[in-house]
Amino acid sequence: MGFFLFKRFLTLLATLLGASVVVFLVLDILPGNAAQVLMGPDASPDAVAALATQLGLDQPAAQRYWQWMSGLLVGEMGDSYTYGSPVLELVLERLALTVPLALMAMVLSTVLALAAGLYAAARHNRWGDVGTMGLAQLGIAIPNFWFAILLILLFSVKLQWFAAGGFPGWTEDSGGSPLAALKALLLPAVAMAVVQAAILARITRSAVLDVLREDFVRTARAKGLSRRAALWGHVLRNAMIPVITVMGLQFANLLAGTIVVENVFYLPGLGRLIFQSIANRDLIVVRNCVMLLAAMVVVVNFVVDLLYAVIDPRVKASDL
Amino acid sequence: MNQSAATSTPPAPAPTAGWLRRALRHRSFVAGAVLVLLLLAAAALSLVWTPWSPYDMDLPAKLQPPSSQHWLGTDAFGRDVVSLLLVGARNSLLVGVIAVGIGMGLGVALGLLAAARRGWVEEAIMRLADFTFAFPAILSAIMMTAVFGAGTINSIIAIGIFNIPTFARVTRASANAVGSRDFILAARACGKGSVRITLEHVLPNIASVLIVQATVQFAIAILAEAALSYLGLGTQPPQPSWGRMLSDAQTLMFQAPLLAVWPGVAIALAVLGLNLLGDGLRDLLDPRLTRQR
Amino acid sequence: MPTDRPPTAPMPLLQVTQLRIRLHTHRGAADAVRGIDFTLHRGETLGLVGESGCGKSLTALALMGLLPEAAQASGSILLDGQELVGLDDAALCRLRGNRIGMVFQEPMTALNPVHRIGDQVAEPLRLHRGLGRTAARREALALLERVGIADAARRLDDYPHQFSGGQRQRITIAMALACGPDLLIADEPTTALDVTVQQQILQLIGDLVAERGMALILISHDLGVIAQNADRMLVMYGGSVVESGPTEAVFSAMAHPYTRGLFAARPQLVPRRAGERPRLSTIAGTVPELAHLPAGCPFAGRCGFTVAACHSTTPPPVPLAAGGAGHLARCIRLDAVAAAQEASA
Repeated sequence: MGFFLFKRFLTLLATLLGASVVVFLVLDILPGNAAQVLMGPDASPDAVAALATQLGLDQPAAQRYWQWMSGLLVGEMGDSYTYGSPVLELVLERLALTVPLALMAMVLSTVLALAAGLYAAARHNRWGDVGTMGLAQLGIAIPNFWFAILLILLFSVKLQWFAAGGFPGWTEDSGGSPLAALKALLLPAVAMAVVQAAILARITRSAVLDVLREDFVRTARAKGLSRRAALWGHVLRNAMIPVITVMGLQFANLLAGTIVVENVFYLPGLGRLIFQSIANRDLIVVRNCVMLLAAMVVVVNFVVDLLYAVIDPRVKASDL
Repeated sequence: MNQSAATSTPPAPAPTAGWLRRALRHRSFVAGAVLVLLLLAAAALSLVWTPWSPYDMDLPAKLQPPSSQHWLGTDAFGRDVVSLLLVGARNSLLVGVIAVGIGMGLGVALGLLAAARRGWVEEAIMRLADFTFAFPAILSAIMMTAVFGAGTINSIIAIGIFNIPTFARVTRASANAVGSRDFILAARACGKGSVRITLEHVLPNIASVLIVQATVQFAIAILAEAALSYLGLGTQPPQPSWGRMLSDAQTLMFQAPLLAVWPGVAIALAVLGLNLLGDGLRDLLDPRLTRQR
Repeated sequence: MPTDRPPTAPMPLLQVTQLRIRLHTHRGAADAVRGIDFTLHRGETLGLVGESGCGKSLTALALMGLLPEAAQASGSILLDGQELVGLDDAALCRLRGNRIGMVFQEPMTALNPVHRIGDQVAEPLRLHRGLGRTAARREALALLERVGIADAARRLDDYPHQFSGGQRQRITIAMALACGPDLLIADEPTTALDVTVQQQILQLIGDLVAERGMALILISHDLGVIAQNADRMLVMYGGSVVESGPTEAVFSAMAHPYTRGLFAARPQLVPRRAGERPRLSTIAGTVPELAHLPAGCPFAGRCGFTVAACHSTTPPPVPLAAGGAGHLARCIRLDAVAAAQEASA
């Protein structure tokens, strides 16, 4: 088990390293002169040159990459051109919104998906199954940002239960409170959760149906377990194996979803920061944020791999 | 969003009249086909006729509710919504087809190469593919359009690029499954070279898996294009696009709420149609897959 | 076909009367089992032999109340006088694993891959006897040792994938016998195992059954297995019992043409008649589709002795005088069959 962990951890580091190279390539080298990009096509060559020196762009690429990487290790991400403040501060501020949002969406979607998937599997080929899966098909087809807009239309415009956007902050000083903050995050979380739940529900249902067909379920019944006891005791844990794998992949989509959904609700989160920075051509911020997102995705997938090994005892033996 | 179409057992019954009859009885396939045909019809129609020109602004007639003149109303600039939707269909279709084409072309080639060459080539290609999955697709698309500029062409390229790993993976898995079957060994024993075997034997047998995957990716591409346009990074004005129609409508939610509904319905129907079609094709093209889905 | 026993004999453990199982398929309804009768006493082993699709596994599942949803059983199954057909699932759950145990054909997939085997063997004990974790674990250990799992104490916490096919089958036997059932049903318990292991498993089952005075229903398509292990046997074809009786009697005086065909179809390494090359004899034709079984004897048409009457009515069971008590066969052409046998002898 230890060796398995170690191998996986090495893969994680390698992936992060590879990701950083790609990010650096795409955002630092490809656009050409970042200073030019930042200042726009009409800036004077002198101003551009000055900024270039300030940003350290006159140094060779490999050195810049090394500076960035070594900086990251000590938590130094550089300064944002647009905001003039350290990127790290900005990022931490924004994470305080995006992480709870992503967690809320993840929890909501998991609960919804498992319930729907189990229900559909139990009502296999009857109306409950067909109906639930029909809804799931719809859920997959709806763009999450449109669903967000529809939620706003219903709950903010029509019913006026929620604000149409914005974030009051977690603390009293910033003008909000934990409860108000959670309320502001509810609609966005629901918007993101629904699409993910639809995909996950379908996977849950087919995973459960697959396991129900297995011989060991018949053995369990032959031992005297009722259908319900067999379902909870024997089927679920086996069905969770493919489901958890997908959940890990879904997390990446969830994080990507924050980029769009935070825009819909004008939430000052990491996704919106990325987007605005791209619009402002503040490539330093973009570079670090994208790296952060990629790191979060890779770490979550690593955790999923671990969970997978915990749930399925066959993995430890064969996976080396 | 990596929904792989099927596991790696490809069979391939050729479409015949009997197959068509079965297809027409399959609910998912029919529903999906109808929606997709509607999409195609809308796009085709937009080439020759739209109720109004989607480019003409008519400010006095702005933000009108649905009427006999403008069946779904007008937007903030007085443009007819139906016309915008029709031309938007053409736009989505264009982006979807080309992007999936790019992804499929390059992805299938890479996948076949990986399956045929095996060894480190296969490892390298698959590591690369696995690795791109660490980047959420929409993020890559946004990054690329940010770096290279917004617009239809760049969004097509960006979306096309993130299709490649998915196709490569699916192709390799299916090609490997076919490759271990006896008739491939027989072909090799006859002295046929790898390229010929791949083109003549492997490809036709994995075609059904690829077709299904293509419909899935097409649906994803339409969603991605809509998201990019919503963020302002996709098709630029004055070209109509469903995504941008939504972002425009969002600022006017209190005045004209319906404007935010129509483009979303269009996107949802297109994606739903493609998904249903894909599900139907998957059932129909692979008779060995149990019907319990 | 009830056995001829003196009236003072103990009540049979299992009495099956006119058991019918109807399968609802998308091609229509099919009678997979068409009115079979048999009785089983404690300590007896009944062998059920027949080809795939003859209904033997379905009969076993019906006894357990584990028929698939598309199947419907009718008739009567009395377990110590309690009617099982139509019994609600909760009551059946109390019987399964408790008074009736079952061992299935495929040991590789019969165990839950994510549960430790100790827990799996202990599960029926905790469920039916209400034992706590430690007590159940102790008993599970004893059971595993009895079925021949080496180093059982250490292996209690191992997972199924760490055992061979033969060992897994031993574990499922331990599971089935955990609560000391009166009846054990073994559905092709050795078919999926290596030949060398088959004997061991059959021996194990035989010993356990004798030790505990259980009744055993042994299902197999292998005549050899039935010959060695069963006291009485039923030969099934097309959902009906075509021949039944004490094993010795059936084997020494095979009456039904199907039984003969089955017996003759065993591969021979040595020719039956000197000077000839060994030939594999077969029964011509194929097993009919259950949904399309015509009236009359299910074997009609494939049988070399078919006459017009065979197609019209199901033959009634005919007792055979030559064999021991209770040897019956459903055939109207028994005389012709016997005559042919003598002619070729």
